Amino acid sequence: MDRTVIKDIDMAQPVPRNNRTHPLDTRAAREKPDVKISARNLSFFYGQHQALFSNNLDIIRNQVTAVIGPSGCGKSTHLRVYNRIYELYRGHKATGEVLLDSRNILESGTDLIELRRRVGMIFQKPTPFPMSIYENVAYGLRLHYKTSRSELTDRVQEALERAALWDEVKDKLDHPGPALSGGQQQRLCIARAIAVDPEVLLMDEPTSAIDPVATAKIEDLIEDLKVRYTIVIVTHNMQQAARISDYTAFFYQGHIVEYGQTKQIFTKPTQKQTEDYITGRFG
Amino acid sequence: MTTDKVRKRQGDTVTPAEGPGRGPGLRPRPRTGRKACDLAVKILSGFFALLALFLLAWILSTVIRRGAIALNWEFFTELPPVAGAEGGGLSNAIIGTLLITALAALMGVPIGMMTGVYLAEFGAHSRIAAPARFVINVLMGTPSIIVGVFVYTFLVLPFGGFSGYAGAVALAILMLPVVARTSEDMLTLVPNTLRESALALGAPRWKVTLGVIFRAARSGLITGVILAVARIAGETAPLLFTALNSPWEVDGLGQPTANLTVTIFQYAMSPYDNWQQIAWGASLLITVFVLVVMLSTRFLLRTRSR
Repeated sequence: MDRTVIKDIDMAQPVPRNNRTHPLDTRAAREKPDVKISARNLSFFYGQHQALFSNNLDIIRNQVTAVIGPSGCGKSTHLRVYNRIYELYRGHKATGEVLLDSRNILESGTDLIELRRRVGMIFQKPTPFPMSIYENVAYGLRLHYKTSRSELTDRVQEALERAALWDEVKDKLDHPGPALSGGQQQRLCIARAIAVDPEVLLMDEPTSAIDPVATAKIEDLIEDLKVRYTIVIVTHNMQQAARISDYTAFFYQGHIVEYGQTKQIFTKPTQKQTEDYITGRFG
Repeated sequence: MTTDKVRKRQGDTVTPAEGPGRGPGLRPRPRTGRKACDLAVKILSGFFALLALFLLAWILSTVIRRGAIALNWEFFTELPPVAGAEGGGLSNAIIGTLLITALAALMGVPIGMMTGVYLAEFGAHSRIAAPARFVINVLMGTPSIIVGVFVYTFLVLPFGGFSGYAGAVALAILMLPVVARTSEDMLTLVPNTLRESALALGAPRWKVTLGVIFRAARSGLITGVILAVARIAGETAPLLFTALNSPWEVDGLGQPTANLTVTIFQYAMSPYDNWQQIAWGASLLITVFVLVVMLSTRFLLRTRSR
């Protein structure tokens, strides 16, 4: 496990935005440094049942990529390969390649702990740990870094600030995390995820269990976060995808039907199925 | 004739009087018997519920009435009296029971809990999981006297005599399946999303289990342990073959050790009034202990659900 002393990480340096390459131009994308994650020929099996069929997808660095599609089309399944969280379950199997900075994370030698530090995940239902707000955020930090108490406190504050939660919880850091409201819990989970300084944030329908006001807050937050992180978000809400994403992938029955810049997907999709889904004719 | 046929068919179709949802041709059941039947079941079940409550109240009131007379300061501080004499108490048996139970918990809880952790977290689908669950279920239903005889054969006979240690081992074996089962159940109740989110932060599995899942299941796990302690606190048969009893001070567990349940067994069967009196007192003590333990678990579970 790569234990880095936390103060050596330069967190203040924003990564410049760059979206020159069209993601469909995969050959070019593969050589360009601005592809963060590249799924190659990715298939997925729940036991005998195949859920994904040869997915190819290039996730662009420091952009928000939305994954849309009807229920059961494989959106979440695809996302859950990126940090190999699916391995918790028996009989779940992925084949093909997922290149994170050109290294295949599906290889057996991959250090899962380091992979999951680099690729954080936010779930549909907020999952605060049964401990204090402070301990929730400190949990991941303690896992990956050796820190003094004061450094830890600073890091926790910074993460909570970046998750736009600090002002609401600064006076009750010792309160239990599960006692927060749903929207606050979700931002706490975001704070917990970004505290370990990941490179990618996977969000699996992060606002579907949350009221509209809290959803708006989280959407604003995503906009801020993409300066530093590559974000992939699964959403059922097409307005949300249109609002917050730079790229959109449309999944249908385990296949990626269409992938491109969000503007293009939502205004002039090339595939009939995409158009039908976006205009609400099915799904 | 054709018109007759048509009319008959029309008659078969649902009429409003038959109500919605009934297919054509289905005759409604007569309603008269149903209400009487309903009433009969109500009365019968209510009667047996009251009967159960009455029996419980009878037992409790008898134990309290007879036991309360025996409970005084001497009961907790003095050694058992000789047959027929006045005074005396069960200080040795109280200490012995506490020691044996604590030692049993010290052995049974870690083993049982680790078994539960394995079955819930690590080897839920492994090849030994199903046999392990089966063995736990069998062990849970094993009569405690058999466990007593088992420990007698393997610990008492080869090591030259009855001892408190053997008693603790017997009780630990009885605790083990209870703790293992409740631990597995309580850990399984923790939603997988919590495991996933801890793993997604890069936590190794053992840290997820000990740091997050245990905390989430804490009150349930404690409840399981307390219930197991309550279960063994009243056991007599396994101690009869292992710890036996002793009229002397508890001086280590390496010899026959005084304990409440075997004392009740022996004194209640004796013809001496003062011993019977003390047996009632010991009965009340154990009853109160188990009652308090049960109530505390209810309190624990209530605070969790809040």
